[in-house]
Amino acid sequence: MRGRAAIVGVTDAVSPTGELALTGRALEAQVVREALDDAGLTLADVDGICHMGAMAFAEYLGIHPRFVDSTITGGSVFEVYLEHAAAAVAAGVAECVLVVFAQTPRASRTAAKARAGASAPPQRLGGSAWGEPDVRAEWEAPYGLQGPVGSYALAADRHMSRYGTTPEQLATIAVRTREWAALNPRARYRDPLTVDDVLASDLVASPLHKLDCCLVTDGAGAFIVTTAERARHLRRPPVYVLGAATAQDHLMISQMPDLTTTPGAVSGPRAFEMAGVRPADVDVLMGYDSFTITQLLHYEDLGFCAKGEGGPFVESTATGPGGTLPTNTNGGGLSYTHPGMYGMFLVVEAVRQLRGECGPRQVPGAEIAVSHGSGMVLSCMSTAVLGTEATL
Amino acid sequence: MERIAPPSTDLTDPFWDATREHRYLVQWCTACDQPIFYPRVVCPTCLLDEALEWRPSTGAGVVYAASVQHRPAYPGLADQVPYVVVLVDLDAGGGDDRTVRVMSNVVECDPSTVRADDVVVLAWEPLPDGRNLPVFRPAP
Repeated sequence: MRGRAAIVGVTDAVSPTGELALTGRALEAQVVREALDDAGLTLADVDGICHMGAMAFAEYLGIHPRFVDSTITGGSVFEVYLEHAAAAVAAGVAECVLVVFAQTPRASRTAAKARAGASAPPQRLGGSAWGEPDVRAEWEAPYGLQGPVGSYALAADRHMSRYGTTPEQLATIAVRTREWAALNPRARYRDPLTVDDVLASDLVASPLHKLDCCLVTDGAGAFIVTTAERARHLRRPPVYVLGAATAQDHLMISQMPDLTTTPGAVSGPRAFEMAGVRPADVDVLMGYDSFTITQLLHYEDLGFCAKGEGGPFVESTATGPGGTLPTNTNGGGLSYTHPGMYGMFLVVEAVRQLRGECGPRQVPGAEIAVSHGSGMVLSCMSTAVLGTEATL
Repeated sequence: MERIAPPSTDLTDPFWDATREHRYLVQWCTACDQPIFYPRVVCPTCLLDEALEWRPSTGAGVVYAASVQHRPAYPGLADQVPYVVVLVDLDAGGGDDRTVRVMSNVVECDPSTVRADDVVVLAWEPLPDGRNLPVFRPAP
């Protein structure tokens, strides 16, 4: 599969206010138009759809796909869709696959308030909307773990007790990510952040503070995957899928075998092996930072540092602007955007970096980027290694 | 405080009935000689139900991870914050050192003092329907 599929059109919709004007199909149509235009393709070229409700989406927009995928793995699903789309394209099952996401928790809440004059119903966290079985209601829910933050807090607590990781080290991840956001005028939060700011913010679920947690914003995005051959004749420089792999090891946090090791320790090395690259070759890392602990675990599980050494690793400036491992250059889920699911934005930013489109936050000469998604509660990880023409 | 009462199924009625007598039953597959948690309709190793049975835990546990919740996960817990949610490695009832990992709370203590590797013992919190919710307290 290496190098046989490429990403040829990307876009995302975010706002520094966190709230978008459009919602639902109107917002999806906007990002589809933009992604097609970015690629120099039309809707008639699309023969594959990856969307959490692919059939209804395709019917609504009059698309007649021969490849549909509505896999749900949580926020990592957009890396999973990329993997599936690349495999479908490489196998000749489809030629032009459109991946679409839009979610507007803030605009939807505002609209519901305006309509009803009352507050919107509380956001569902987990539950049957994700196909979660009743076993969670029986064996976890009565104990009052906040979802999803509580599950990540348990992982952080275990990492701290086992390896001596500190709240200050976790906070440093939020600080470093904010340094990138400061370079991105489209980011939700750009003001400088300190470790003390993070530690002074409210504890939500110990050891995680409010500023250890991702944002809640509106957001949408789309990307298009096609064959390497076709990609070379389109509008923008192709970004090739060099490697992709997915791994799941639980759904509920109480079933996670080792809270300090995610299934990224499986998906990461497999994707790197397919791509024929080592961690040291990576120019840009886009890791799903739902919480600070999530990103710390990515560094370890993807092999950027040894297991247990994520704390000391993040204390260096390696992951910030000018560092050796630029990470979450758009400002991440912690400071850029996080509309419930964030995996779409990991792909969009990686492609923009490899095309050299990122302005003040551009990583000079970026050739290899990794988009690493985390779904549910560290449950399903999906890793994509992307590269420019020069890496083939 | 009003807990969400855990639902029960035909499969797990024996577990919940035993909580009325303060007994914690762990499901085992005797063919595979392994404890199973949460209970399954078949053993997740052999995919058969022929050798499933319940064995009582001694109630001895060790905290694997802990997180103090500063906001209630549901309104019934609003008067309980801060409270601590834990994963506990609980004796599986096999007469050896094998355990199952369960989510729970540690009660009757300052929640901020609960740490990984703390030794805890099973305790019970009454549910309105006469069942009891298994929780833990620090070992004496």
